[in-house]
Amino acid sequence: MTTIEHTIELPDFSKPLPPREGDRVIQFREALREAMSEEMRRDERIFLMGEEVAQYNGAYKISQGMLDEFGPKRIIDAPISENGFAGLAVGAAMYGLKPIIEFMSWSFSLVAADQILNNVPKMLYMSGGQWGCPVVFRGNDGAGGQLGSTHSWCVEGLYSNVPGMKIAIPSNPYDAKGLLKTAIRELDPVFFLESERMLGDKGHVPPEEYYIPFGQARLAREGGDCTLVSFGRPVHFCMEAAETLAQSGIECDVLDMRTIRPLDIDAVIESVKKTGRVVVVDQCWPFASVASEVCTQVMERAFDWLDHPPVRVNTEDVPTPYAKNLEAAYLPNAGRIAAAVRNAVGAK
Amino acid sequence: MSHAAAELKMTTAPAPRTRPNTGGRSSDALPAATLVQWLRDMMLIREFENRCAQAYQQAKIGGFCHLYTGQEAAAVGTIAATNPDDPIVTAYRDHGHALARGMDPGACMAEMFGKATGCAKGKGGSMHMFDKPHWLFGGHGIVGAQTALGTGLAFAARYEWEVLKRPLANPGVTGATPAKKKVCLTYLGDGALNQGVLHESMNLAGLWDIPVIYIVENNGYSMGTAIARGTTMAHDLTKKAEAYGMRGEIIDGFDVIDLYDAFKPLVDWCRENQKPAFVDLKTYRYLGHSMSDPQKYRTKDEVEQFKSKDSIDRMAHVLMNERKNKDSTPVLSEQAFTDLQTSIKEQVRHAMEFAENSPVPDASELHTDVYLNPMPNLSPTAEYRHGAKNPLL
Ligand SMILES: Cc1ncc(C[n+]2csc(CCOP(=O)(O)OP(=O)(O)O)c2C)c(N)n1
Ligand SMILES: [Mg+2]
Repeated sequence: MTTIEHTIELPDFSKPLPPREGDRVIQFREALREAMSEEMRRDERIFLMGEEVAQYNGAYKISQGMLDEFGPKRIIDAPISENGFAGLAVGAAMYGLKPIIEFMSWSFSLVAADQILNNVPKMLYMSGGQWGCPVVFRGNDGAGGQLGSTHSWCVEGLYSNVPGMKIAIPSNPYDAKGLLKTAIRELDPVFFLESERMLGDKGHVPPEEYYIPFGQARLAREGGDCTLVSFGRPVHFCMEAAETLAQSGIECDVLDMRTIRPLDIDAVIESVKKTGRVVVVDQCWPFASVASEVCTQVMERAFDWLDHPPVRVNTEDVPTPYAKNLEAAYLPNAGRIAAAVRNAVGAK
Repeated sequence: MSHAAAELKMTTAPAPRTRPNTGGRSSDALPAATLVQWLRDMMLIREFENRCAQAYQQAKIGGFCHLYTGQEAAAVGTIAATNPDDPIVTAYRDHGHALARGMDPGACMAEMFGKATGCAKGKGGSMHMFDKPHWLFGGHGIVGAQTALGTGLAFAARYEWEVLKRPLANPGVTGATPAKKKVCLTYLGDGALNQGVLHESMNLAGLWDIPVIYIVENNGYSMGTAIARGTTMAHDLTKKAEAYGMRGEIIDGFDVIDLYDAFKPLVDWCRENQKPAFVDLKTYRYLGHSMSDPQKYRTKDEVEQFKSKDSIDRMAHVLMNERKNKDSTPVLSEQAFTDLQTSIKEQVRHAMEFAENSPVPDASELHTDVYLNPMPNLSPTAEYRHGAKNPLL
């Protein structure tokens, strides 16, 4: 009897990555679009579905122009039915297609929780290895700017608790493109977390094709006094804090994790063995967060190298407030990060 | 009589019909052997479930176990109307669909015994029957969740036919064998009528002409809740289909031939026109919801009434009395029927033995089938690996 055979070829990671510096400066959203479009040109099994992705050109203009290029059969405007279209993607992926599902915001993925947490990561296991579920779910994650409690979710804390999917959280256009291309080529489901606040960020994105392997942190800055670990938007707050701290002679390693499942804990440990101190910055709530996980792993694997208990800087442990000043106080920021580092290195 | 029974417009045992042999019915074109095969499939499911119940009582099967007894005609009659490579997906009362689709009863039973030879290598259990070679995309435990999957399977099948234009089996070969039009059968219980995901799915299917057929196996109850206590318009569920712009039909699920005759044209229509449909398939489960159900919500009388129009008895009667060969002997002789019973008992006994004698999964299988592309540092404590090949593949 005929069986469904389909192979999604993993990219060749042996090629060295192109330089990060250059003058092909584009926006974060364009980097995402390039990643999707390049992969869609390569593989007709890929389609993009989500609210407003087609005729409206994307609620955040990430998919601008893609309807014109790929047509309505592959760039598909979905009604506001997150659970329905997330589940549709599960069935389509099992059948052999490669769906990219855009959540306008990961906050809205909560209404699709059953599909994305029960079906997506467990299908391979439940079916005894018969069917995987290679969907890429992507969208805005984290506080978008005065959107209040329901629209400012950081889902990585919740979702990374579940085995079976991979989670990527880029902080800049270069990584966004390289990681998204890898996500689309992955055999496993990938949750790809972007930030509304970074979509307009600009950076060099090389013209040649490249794929960034999962599970490899990027050392964004070097210093011997303290290790700063982060992912996504707060990487920028860490860089800002590191800059300030350098003025008072405190030098930090800043690690941009890029993916949190897999989590390049080896890079963290290597740095901690050098600095003896670690501050983890995470825009989720602190309880059972990715930051807690990193701190735990550091203690398990580098306890004897630590000169200070691991420190986490999370959002405040309250629902996200609306007022500008309260929201700013709620989020991790350079000031709080710098204070945490000063505390850890014993400099007041 | 309970609400459910009233809904089902039960009458007392119907008189055996004399089937008009005037053509026009899909089943008229079928060879007698096919009809006998349906009877055999239904009997196999009945016997299989009986042995499941025993094994459950002996604690050889764990967890939740929902038996299909009484509903056999539903799976057999609908699946008979599909092509072998039409995808199907169902809920947790799934042994019947698996067997009707052709799953090896041994693999099905071994799965429930939690054995390495089970269809999901012992990782799924009774509620999670998956069979890739037979295009059965599960058994799903969350009420209603599979309706979105079925919509996606049908979406993909349409995409394969319309966009890729070639079967996914050979994605590299452009313009080789053209892809064909498919239909996905998506089964749900009447309880799933009240889940949001069904309504989102039906809306998407209606909106985008997705060739999925939602088959409500309406057995009148979700656990102890009679349908009218949980579902509006329970007396005419097709209104729900109408609201989503799709064909809706009420089909009697007690006579497998009638069921097939009503359902086959619908499948053909959905396939040809690439459209969705909805079926309110009237059926009844004889046993409790799962293995621990005192059944206080219905009377013994009601159950007996339904048993009196048992689909297996009825089919056996038709084949042994009404359907005749050219020489006017019945298509199923008494002897052939007895042989059928014996061979099914034997087959299920084999399945039990197979399950019993199979090894439990190797301890290393705990960490396999979590990722298709395992890599370091996916977990702080687990090292994921590739698992043993699934026995069905
Ligand atoms: C979302 C969800 N809620 C509750 C349950 C528990 N549960 C399992 S089966 C069931 C009844 C469903 O009845 P129905 O859909 O009519 O199917 P049937 O058992 O009659 O085949 C319930 C409440 C579940 N599995 N999933
Ligand atoms: Mg029911």
